[in-house]
Amino acid sequence: MSETTQSTGTASGRIHSEGGMDYLVTRKRRLVTVYAPLAVFTFVLLFPFYWMTITTFKANDDLYNYEKSSPFWVSNPTLANVKKLLFDTAYPEWLFNTMLVAVSATFIALFASVLAAYAIERLRFKGSKWVGLGIYAAYLVPPSILFIPLATMVFKLQLFDTRWALILTYPTFLIPFCTWLLMGYFKSIPYELEECALIDGATRMEILIKIVLPLSVPGLISAGIFAFTLSWNEFIYALTFISSSEVKTVPVGVITELVDGDVYHWGSLMAGALFGSIPVAILYSFFVEYYVAGMTGAVKE
Amino acid sequence: MSRTTSLTLLDRINNSANALGFIFMLPAAAILLVFLTYPLGLGMWLGLTDTKIGRDGVFIGLDNYKSLAGDSVFWLSVFNTVFYTAIASFFKFFLGLWLALLLNENIRFKSFMRAILLLPWIVPTTLSAIAFWWMYDSQFSIISWVLVKFGVIDKYINFLGDGWNARFSVIAANIWRGIPFVAISLLAGLQTISPSLHEAATIDGASPWQRFRHITYPLLTPIIAIVMTFSVLFTFTDFQLIYVITRGGPINATHLMATLSFQRAIPGGQLAEGAAIAMAMVPFLIGAILISFFGLQRRAWQQGSKD
Repeated sequence: MSETTQSTGTASGRIHSEGGMDYLVTRKRRLVTVYAPLAVFTFVLLFPFYWMTITTFKANDDLYNYEKSSPFWVSNPTLANVKKLLFDTAYPEWLFNTMLVAVSATFIALFASVLAAYAIERLRFKGSKWVGLGIYAAYLVPPSILFIPLATMVFKLQLFDTRWALILTYPTFLIPFCTWLLMGYFKSIPYELEECALIDGATRMEILIKIVLPLSVPGLISAGIFAFTLSWNEFIYALTFISSSEVKTVPVGVITELVDGDVYHWGSLMAGALFGSIPVAILYSFFVEYYVAGMTGAVKE
Repeated sequence: MSRTTSLTLLDRINNSANALGFIFMLPAAAILLVFLTYPLGLGMWLGLTDTKIGRDGVFIGLDNYKSLAGDSVFWLSVFNTVFYTAIASFFKFFLGLWLALLLNENIRFKSFMRAILLLPWIVPTTLSAIAFWWMYDSQFSIISWVLVKFGVIDKYINFLGDGWNARFSVIAANIWRGIPFVAISLLAGLQTISPSLHEAATIDGASPWQRFRHITYPLLTPIIAIVMTFSVLFTFTDFQLIYVITRGGPINATHLMATLSFQRAIPGGQLAEGAAIAMAMVPFLIGAILISFFGLQRRAWQQGSKD
């Protein structure tokens, strides 16, 4: 009894000091207006992942028979679907391809974006404002109107069905985003630092490498994570430019190869979806704050 | 001035913002010009030719657009795209704003909640779409099963077999995917609003609705404009969800302009016709960009920014 009183005491104390005007609202009311809707949102937004996960580990007869045991739990967990995915399909190759393409495209995009953002934001060359606007406009050009002409180009350049087709085209949607994000970061670095270095005889290149980049590591991480995730998730280019199984990426491989005819192997499809999502989810969980900062920063800039 | 002559060429480049700016811009500009600007022009050109896969076309003027104008499937896809974008954006906005307001309350585990609620947005859309596809299965849909168990319906919903059901099913999946983006972006905007404004209004006797209507909403408008422009843009050009869940079916009922363009151009081989459909999306996109531009202008003006 005394324990309960004490905990309510500290809780209300904290609310008074941190919660602004929360003391004007009763707890019961908050439960209905805040926590209940929040619980519904959480349930709806996360349920598909839960469903994906438990389907992965279900045995085939449980998968299609909801009456025998509760469908919301795995009664006899099995790794059969995972085993099938990893050993009977080209899934490991797709994972490798996706990783290779995403990492390469991210590095190309970061390199080009750092230089471009620095030039636009700090060198202030003639017309830099227009170039900045042009980059913003480039961000608004969606892949779904570019894939057909790009497909003809990729074919003419004899890049069709190679990883290069993806490594070279992904930066088109990564560079505008990363440049825009990094411009915001560079803006926040005091100009005086650069002036001092200039007076001390440093070149612009030295300033960029030794002063600006170390100070914008969080921005670089945000941009890098974003670029990696966007490349990992890309679908329409990979679907159009790649036809051989051994160069496919995970999203395309799962959609085109795990569905044969009218027979859907839901277990291994879900396993493919789950294992394709885990790498980005892990990366994301380590850098949530950078990710959120990048997302909201890009919107605000 | 005479000292400049003694500088090497490298020094002069290093000291000239224009020359150095040009060099720094080169990698980005080269990639964007070759793989973005050029294909954009090439796409417009392709739309005016009769190019097919494996055969270069010749200029045929507006014939592709004329044949599209009389193509009922094309007009169905235009209707679907507008319908899909309008309904999905409407719900994404309201639910996203609601979620942002909830997360802006003084709740426990706030950053943890924010982190897990973003998951639908970071996980590859194609892969989460597969989960929806399975949840919409005509025989084994878990949604139908639960509704039947609770006695809400007496037979399984044919989610993807019926035109209107399929439209609303893919719209639901799109809303699911888009809410986190809208919510987290708006949350960032909400956090910049000073609590003292709300306190002052409360002392003056304002109701929660009045506080939202006259403080939160006006201060949030600029960010809403930008977030919704992006949301509309990406919803309008959506491809992945439809391709995975319905492939445009049943009988073209869920074909969007993007999926129809792919269907005609790649499996169908009619590159020129596909390009024409893709180009037909451009006027809508320009509209969205202009809204975004004026949204940005207004924001700069409100904040008194000079740059």
